[in-house]
Amino acid sequence: MTEMITASQVGKVYRGGVPALTDVSLTVRKGELVAIVGPSGSGKSTLLHLMGTLDTPTSGTVRVLGLDLSEVSDGTLSAMRAHWIGFVFQQFFLGATLSAVDNVAQGLVYQGVPRGRRRRRAAEVLDRVGLGHRLDHRPARMSGGERQRVAIARALVADPAIVLADEPTGNLDSASGAVVLDLLHQLNREGTTIVVITHDTDVADRLPRRVRIRDGAVVADSAAVSGGAG
Amino acid sequence: MRVSDLGRESTSGLRGRPARAVLSLLGIAVGVTAMVAVLGISAASQAGLIAQISSLGTNMLTVAPGRDLFGGQTELPVESVAMVSRIEGVRSVSAVGAVGGHSVRRTDKIDPDDTNGIAVLAARLDLLDTLGGSVTAGSYLSPATERYPAVVLGAVAASRLGVGSVGDQVYLGERWFTVVGLLAPLPLAPEVDRAALVGWPVAQTDLGFSGHPTTIYERSADEAVAGVRQVLAATANPENPQNVAVSRPSDALTAQLATRSAFDQLFLGLGAVALLVGGIGVANTMIISVLERRGEIGMRRSLGATRRHIRAQFLAESAVLSALGGVIGVVVGIAVCVGYSLARGLPVTLPWTAVGAGLAAAVGTGIAAGLYPAGRAARLSPTEALAAV
Ligand SMILES: Nc1ncnc2c1ncn2[C@@H]1O[C@H](COP(=O)(O)OP(=O)(O)O)[C@@H](O)[C@H]1O
Ligand SMILES: [Mg+2]
Repeated sequence: MTEMITASQVGKVYRGGVPALTDVSLTVRKGELVAIVGPSGSGKSTLLHLMGTLDTPTSGTVRVLGLDLSEVSDGTLSAMRAHWIGFVFQQFFLGATLSAVDNVAQGLVYQGVPRGRRRRRAAEVLDRVGLGHRLDHRPARMSGGERQRVAIARALVADPAIVLADEPTGNLDSASGAVVLDLLHQLNREGTTIVVITHDTDVADRLPRRVRIRDGAVVADSAAVSGGAG
Repeated sequence: MRVSDLGRESTSGLRGRPARAVLSLLGIAVGVTAMVAVLGISAASQAGLIAQISSLGTNMLTVAPGRDLFGGQTELPVESVAMVSRIEGVRSVSAVGAVGGHSVRRTDKIDPDDTNGIAVLAARLDLLDTLGGSVTAGSYLSPATERYPAVVLGAVAASRLGVGSVGDQVYLGERWFTVVGLLAPLPLAPEVDRAALVGWPVAQTDLGFSGHPTTIYERSADEAVAGVRQVLAATANPENPQNVAVSRPSDALTAQLATRSAFDQLFLGLGAVALLVGGIGVANTMIISVLERRGEIGMRRSLGATRRHIRAQFLAESAVLSALGGVIGVVVGIAVCVGYSLARGLPVTLPWTAVGAGLAAAVGTGIAAGLYPAGRAARLSPTEALAAV
C-alpha cells in the first residue's frame, strides 16, 4: 500500500526549549484509520500538526504524499493543506457570523473556487454528513454534535486524501461522539486515510490501529504488534 | 484565493464585532471630517472670492501722490484727472481729494481732534460710477447738492458716526452738514468706506480745499490695463512722474486667493492629529483582534491559507475599517461645508478634491495601521495559533 505520511526519527523542540517529540517514527498508509492515544501533554497534537504540514520538525524528516516538508515553501505547504489534507479540531473553529453552508464553503476559499460552486459543493457535503436540513443555520443555533459535523463537512469539502482529527469528540456527549465516529468510519470505508487523536480508550478501541504516545515518544503501535494491519 | 473573497473574508471580523468596529473608526471619522470641512470651506471661500473679484473687476488702477526724495508729501497737479482721462483706453476717471484740517462729528460738543478715523474727502460726481458702487439709502452727490453742505457717508463712516438714515445732521468743519446718502461697502476702495464725502465746489469754497486730488480712480478695458499702467504716472504728473504711486486695488483680493488662512492650517493640523490618533486606535483594535482570532488564523492556515493570505486579510480589514471611518467623515464634512456655504451665501460646491484626499488619507492610514498587526498574524505559526485556544 502507498505511504501517505512517513515520519522518521522526528523530534520537535518548541521555542523556549520544550521538547514535545523525541525520535518518533511512524508510517500511515493509504486507507488506514489510525488512533493516536496518550495522556495530555504527551505530544499528540504536535505529531498531528507535523503530519498535516502545519509545522516542520526540528530533527528528522516528515514526508507527506512523498514530499519532504523541510524542502518546500510556505506556499507549497499551504497548497498541500488546501488540496490534500482536511483538519477537524476539538474546538470546531466555526465562523460565528457564517451559516453552515458558508462555513463549509470556506474549505474551498484558498483553492480559488468561485463562491457559487463552493456553496453548491458545501450543500452536497452537508447533506452527506446528515445536515441537509441545517444549511442556513449559524453555529450558535446548532448542538455540539451538529457543529462538529459541520466542521467535518468543511474538512471534506475539498475531497482530501487525508483527514486529521484532533480529539473530535472531546467536546461532545457520548451520543454525539458516536455519530461523529460513525461518520469517520464511513469516510474511511469510502477510501479516505484518517488519523484521529483521542484520549478516550473506548473510542480508541473501536479503531483498527492504535498508536500510543507518552512523553513525546511512541510506546506502542498495534500495527507493529499484529505485524501490519496496514 | 480570489479578490472578491478577500473582500468578504476581510469584513467577517468587523461583522463579528460591529460595536467595536464603530468605536475604533471614530478617530478616523473625526480626522477626515476636519480635513474635508476645512478644504471644502476654503474652496467655497475661494470660489466666493473669485466671484467677488470678477464682479468687482480687475481693471481699476489708482494714482496717488507719493513722497519726494526728501520724504516730503507731494501733490498731484490739479489738472491730472483731466490728463488721465485722455489716455487711450481709459473708460472712466474720477478722484477724491483730502480736505485737510477738518473732522466730521456727530455734534459740535465733540472735540474736533477726535476724528474717529473718518477722513473728509472732496469727491467728484462720477466717483460712484467709476468705483462701481451703490447707495444703501438716499442718493449720491449731484450737481444740485455738490455746492451745498451736503455729505455722503461711506459704510464704515456711517456706522462709526451712528448715522442710520439720510436727513441726519453731522458737524463738519464749523457748521452742520446734512447727510444725503449712505454708501454700500466698496471692497476696492476701503478708504472711501471710511470717509465723509462732500462736493468738490463746497469743499473749495467753504472748507479751504486746495483742489489737488489725492486719489485718482481709473478704469479701462481689461486688455488695456497694462498699457495704461505704463503711462499713468507720467501723464498724471509730467514734471515729477517718480513722485506718483500707481496701484491696482484688486491685487490685494487676488493675493488672498493664494494665501491659506492660519485657521485653515490649524484645523488641517488638528485633522492630521485626529487621523494619527484614529490610526493608532485602528492599529490597537487590529492587534487585539489578531490576538483574539488566533484560533481562526490557525484554522485558516489549516484550510490552506498562506502567510500572504493572512496578511492580506488583516491588511484589508484594517483598510476597510478606516475607509468606513473615512466615508462617515466625508459625509459629515460635506454637510459642514454645505451648511457653511449656505449660511455665508457662498456658492455651494461639492469639494471633490477634499473628498478624494479624505478617503485616500483614511485608507492610507488604515493600511499603515494594519501593517504591524497583519505582519504579526502572518508570522504566527499555525501550531501556536491553534494551541492558543
Ligand atoms: N506552540 C507551542 N509552544 C510551546 N510549547 C508547546 C506548544 N504546543 C505544545 N507545546 C508543549 O508541547 C508539549 C506537547 O503538547 P501537545 O502536542 O499539545 O500534547 P497533547 O496534544 O498530547 O496534549 C506540551 O508540553 C505542550 O505544553
Ligand atoms: Mg492536544
